[in-house]
Amino acid sequence: MTEEYVQDLQPVTVTVNGTAHRLTVESRRTLADMLRHDLGYTGTHLGCEHGICGACTVLVDGVPARACLMFGVQADGREVRTVEGLASGDQLSDLQQAFSDHHGLQCGFCTPGFLMLAEAFLAENPDPTEEEIRDVVSANLCRCTGYQGIVEAIAATAKGRR
Amino acid sequence: MTVGRSVPRHEDARLLRGEGNFADDVNRAGQVHLRVVRSPVAHARLDGVDAEEARGMPGVVAVLTGAELKDVPPIPVRLPHPDHPLDPYLQPVLARDEVRYVGEPVAVVAAADPYLAEDAAELVELDLTELPAVLDAEDGTRAATLADGFGDVDAAFAAAAHVVEVTVEVGRHAAVPLEPRGLVAEYDRGRDRLEVWGGSKVPNFNRTVLAGLLGMPPEAVHLYAMDAGGGFGARGEFYPEDFLVPYLARRLGRPVKWTEDRAEALVALNHSRQQRHHLAAAFSEDGTLLGLRDEIWHDNGAYARTHGLTVPDLTVAMLPGPYRVPAYGCRLHMALTNKTPCGTYRAPGRYEGTYAREQLLDVAADRLGLDPVELRRRNLLTPEEIPHVRPLNALGTDVVLDAGDYPKLLEAAVARTRDWHAEAARLRADGVPAGVGLAVFLEKSGLGPHETADVAVDPSGAVRVHSGGTSLGQGIETVLAQIAAERLTVPDDRVHVVNGDTGLQPYGMGSWASRSTVVGGSAVVRAADAVVDKARRAAARLLEADPADLVLDGGRFTVTGDPAAAVTLAEVAAACAPGGPGLGDGEEPGLAARRVFAVDHMTYPYGVHVALVTVDPGTGAVRVPRYLVAYEVGRAINPALVEGQLVGGAAQGLGGALYEEFRYDDAGQPLATTFMDYLMPTASETVPYVETLITEDAPSPDNPLGTKGAGEGGITAAGAALASAVRAALGLRAAIPRLPLTPARVVELSEPPTER
Repeated sequence: MTEEYVQDLQPVTVTVNGTAHRLTVESRRTLADMLRHDLGYTGTHLGCEHGICGACTVLVDGVPARACLMFGVQADGREVRTVEGLASGDQLSDLQQAFSDHHGLQCGFCTPGFLMLAEAFLAENPDPTEEEIRDVVSANLCRCTGYQGIVEAIAATAKGRR
Repeated sequence: MTVGRSVPRHEDARLLRGEGNFADDVNRAGQVHLRVVRSPVAHARLDGVDAEEARGMPGVVAVLTGAELKDVPPIPVRLPHPDHPLDPYLQPVLARDEVRYVGEPVAVVAAADPYLAEDAAELVELDLTELPAVLDAEDGTRAATLADGFGDVDAAFAAAAHVVEVTVEVGRHAAVPLEPRGLVAEYDRGRDRLEVWGGSKVPNFNRTVLAGLLGMPPEAVHLYAMDAGGGFGARGEFYPEDFLVPYLARRLGRPVKWTEDRAEALVALNHSRQQRHHLAAAFSEDGTLLGLRDEIWHDNGAYARTHGLTVPDLTVAMLPGPYRVPAYGCRLHMALTNKTPCGTYRAPGRYEGTYAREQLLDVAADRLGLDPVELRRRNLLTPEEIPHVRPLNALGTDVVLDAGDYPKLLEAAVARTRDWHAEAARLRADGVPAGVGLAVFLEKSGLGPHETADVAVDPSGAVRVHSGGTSLGQGIETVLAQIAAERLTVPDDRVHVVNGDTGLQPYGMGSWASRSTVVGGSAVVRAADAVVDKARRAAARLLEADPADLVLDGGRFTVTGDPAAAVTLAEVAAACAPGGPGLGDGEEPGLAARRVFAVDHMTYPYGVHVALVTVDPGTGAVRVPRYLVAYEVGRAINPALVEGQLVGGAAQGLGGALYEEFRYDDAGQPLATTFMDYLMPTASETVPYVETLITEDAPSPDNPLGTKGAGEGGITAAGAALASAVRAALGLRAAIPRLPLTPARVVELSEPPTER
């Protein structure tokens, strides 16, 4: 961003996956664009930019949020978790591994959103029924899988954590 | 052995970590951002474009209009039909004198920042004089009329004991991959070299087209396919933006980046499917099919795009399906309307034709007093009649139904779903309209004419495959790795597949038409076998043994009768370095081979879909508690991936059958430009558990793997099976006249009196 064209820059301090970042962004810049293009967390994807598809779902202070519907400045002083924060080093998290085991992804574009959604859901409800999983998964869109593997992966993760 | 096993996908780890590399993830130093100015009206004379204010905005680098590109030829057809050139109907890269659909590119703005580019695009003023919009194919310009068939159709109908006719329509819907398109282009003036990131599907074809439009040699243009968020036929074709982004990068001498937004994608990316069939069948007294006749109106939108006549051609060629049809006559009018242009969407022509044909068979079964399965049983081609040459032409190939036992698969599907009829009866007894529907279909896959693969073994023992396919989510990296690994007797995780890089694999023909595993996989077989041959010769030299005495297993050669003598493929590769001891006189260095697999005919998988639905007569809501896809694939390289294709395809097919539709108002304004109006199924609408029955009873004789494409069979008969089930649930006598079966249409269909 070339600053001479930009008005209304705001300072933002945000913690992403445990790392503190300080930057200035335009007020109108979305959280998704700030994460992707200013901070390099390109695992957060944009599928619709109007809050329906959920591919951009991240956790803000532990709560799932559409990063396309939040401004970057609204994340000031908050903790954001993105898909890049799920694995420990080379080790996929149990949830990530379950998505692979149950063929819960094909093109993988929607996957970060589903992972973050499921991560928050399982923290809140560690023992969900399949219907409850399906209900939560309905928040996001996947065009490839028909959701079957996604629902199975979340159920298997919950079972494994019990 | 890795072929035939559900090995984990090679793509998964990076995608699960958020480390995929999608088009919008690419950035080049100094890049500017492009925004497309699109027509706000369906049809108008374009009297001028006033870009002064936009040009004067700080941060705006360039504004480009159609007037400046009037010498650029329109975008050519990728699969031209010899008899129908379509030249007058091709899309210009920017509209000049006339705009023909809402969303048509009229100008582009480049600015330092994407937000600014969008602001500036809003300042571009279009001087438009609105013209009447054509919205129905029967009122549109006929760009082409295809006519094909065989046998004496008039005689068949004259001799018929029963003639059954239906008129059915498929609504306009489309692939709608979840990732919008994106492109980044950078031009190196010093070396006259253009690089483009974000291609997919057919990068080598697009390279040739782009080079032609820019007047550059193709070798100077390098396209990189990326991770792609779904393709399904639409992504990766050559669109206006595929010219505009690289053109501007070259003209400005700065990298140009463009990322489509969803509102654009829903009017810019190819639409599909919209057809009206007037289909008639002649039957003898006992239900034997004597002839089929169809007249089809195909709404192609405003232009002929890269697919040309692909969808019409396949509709006509595949309509007879897996049945014994003695006489067939079909005419299809490809008409232009003031809507988004159309191209392919997964199972193009077959989704539409299968729905029309199978509805007709359901209506005929009722008319003839036969069970719908029995009517199909009587008319399916039997194994004794296969291979069956059908005197039709599909995409320039003869239709030769290559291997199959259609009745066997039908019986298996019927047996698997027998209980569903009792379940439907119980539901009906409880007052819930419920029904079971079934549809049988023929698919096609493995279109040639050829595909190329490189296989190379590194001295580290790692294997590289350079394929002409592209990754669209189908798992092609995994499948090709399995195939190479099997031939080289190494673990599949030692094999790294690079797709869609026009520099590494300039001969690849791309991933479409369920061809990558069939023809791309067969090319990998050929190349890997050539590598093994060379390695065997080299190993024989190293071991001072007769090549015929060498056994390759576990990635190492051993000598029969001399257990101590062994050399690994890695050691052989090291010995094939220039001047190495593994090379014979005149042999090229390296343990690598490039091979082509060529094929004349497509291979024809087939299947059966069965659905159990319930209908809420009050709201018109259709629920689908049970669904079966039975599909013959010849040989499943990775059964889990085949299952994934079938389950995911069924979900998409359900979308087109029940929810998804691009509707327009009377002025040609699109009514579905967000995901609030274009209703892709969520986990609440899809079938909770799609059952699959994957068979390998009829391997294709036309490729070394015996495999048939698995990409499309999950969707092909979804419209047909769901229409059949809803018709049964509502107890209709007539055909389901139109898809999608939205709640309003279901309510209308369920209203008494049941004259239907």
